[in-house]
Amino acid sequence: MSDKEIKNLEEIFEARIARDEKIEPKDWMPEKYRKTHIRQMSQHAHSEIVGMLPEGNWITRAPSLRRKAALLAKVQDEAGHGLYLYSACETLGISRDEMYEQLHTGKAKYSSIFNYPTVTWADMGAIGWLVDGAAIINQVPLCNTSFGPYARAMVRVCKEESFHQRQGYEIMLKLCNGTPEQKEMAQDALNRWWWPSLMMLGPTDAESIHTEQSMKWKLKRKSNDELRQQFIDQTVPQADILGLTIPDPDLKFNEETGSYDFGEIDWDEFWQVVKGHGPSNKKRMKARVGAWEEGAWVRDAAMAYAEKQEKKKLKKVS
Amino acid sequence: MNQDFLVLCLESGSVAVLIQKHTNMSKNWPLWEIFVRSKNGLEHRHFGSLHAADADMALENARDVYTRRSEGVSIWVVESKNITASNPEHNGELFEPAQDKVYRHPTFYDLPDEVKHM
Repeated sequence: MSDKEIKNLEEIFEARIARDEKIEPKDWMPEKYRKTHIRQMSQHAHSEIVGMLPEGNWITRAPSLRRKAALLAKVQDEAGHGLYLYSACETLGISRDEMYEQLHTGKAKYSSIFNYPTVTWADMGAIGWLVDGAAIINQVPLCNTSFGPYARAMVRVCKEESFHQRQGYEIMLKLCNGTPEQKEMAQDALNRWWWPSLMMLGPTDAESIHTEQSMKWKLKRKSNDELRQQFIDQTVPQADILGLTIPDPDLKFNEETGSYDFGEIDWDEFWQVVKGHGPSNKKRMKARVGAWEEGAWVRDAAMAYAEKQEKKKLKKVS
Repeated sequence: MNQDFLVLCLESGSVAVLIQKHTNMSKNWPLWEIFVRSKNGLEHRHFGSLHAADADMALENARDVYTRRSEGVSIWVVESKNITASNPEHNGELFEPAQDKVYRHPTFYDLPDEVKHM
């Protein structure tokens, strides 16, 4: 194809998206569209998979059967979300193995928030409330994104995500209505998860390299800073109900804008964690790679069994 | 499964050590397309795909991945390689013939308003 023909195709393609038409896997698409989607969708899937690890830590130590069942279900949902997203991503021509390879070698990133440790039970509350809360704000606009398989996967993810946030908030509520020690535990979790949750919504607009193109392709509907403001505005009143204090001395309601002004985010910390120097980066990757490698014999055995059964079937037929 | 067996006779003793060498053991699980009927009376609808070693495992995985909240009463699994898809680039030739046949629609026919129940 000549450059002129490609340019023409690109114009038709952009016009389709502008008309809110969906792009399906076998449709022609610019190489950059394919690559950007593979990057974003696979990293989204990786985040779900790695996101199971900090919470998995507490399944055996949940304080009651009710909490344990809920946490198990939540972690299982995250596995499911990872699988929806991996298979949606595979429709763009990348194999599951390649994606795992990218995750395990550190070539592909996952959400930086999962590189923080979960040291008390209250962290299960804070993660559900704040981390899943921020994730919902990020994910809801994606239900309308231009790539069909991604949009469909996100509809399913968003439907399930609301339970995650509510169960987290309920844990916080219970702790805040408990003993002074329990309330202190909840406050401590909020103190540790507040800033990483704000960072989770991505670098400031001035620093964000992908925003403009992503807006065009409806991979993004609002900028990182807008999403962050939305998250803060909806979360502060929820903290008030819990009787907890947001760990930001500069946080103040602004009558003029109708939003909360907030303090400076420590972006150095964010980039450190992204670059692999967060408190738990190594631990997470070790657990993930270990699970994959130690599971190899199970995958091989299942395949060998399937092949044997297939041969038996063929013998019977002939 | 492709297995080579190597027998090594160790000079130091009379023991033969059998080393099983696995070559190319890890074969990837194939991809399956999952169709779910949400309730009787409705058709099976494509829900997504997943990897599994065989059809039985695909069914079980589909149950866990796509019906954790009672979304289905029946599941079909089809190995993805068995699906033949039309090419969207040929949509013109494939679907255009239907476009100029407006006489296939009831509104094509002019009838007076007095005619009822038709």
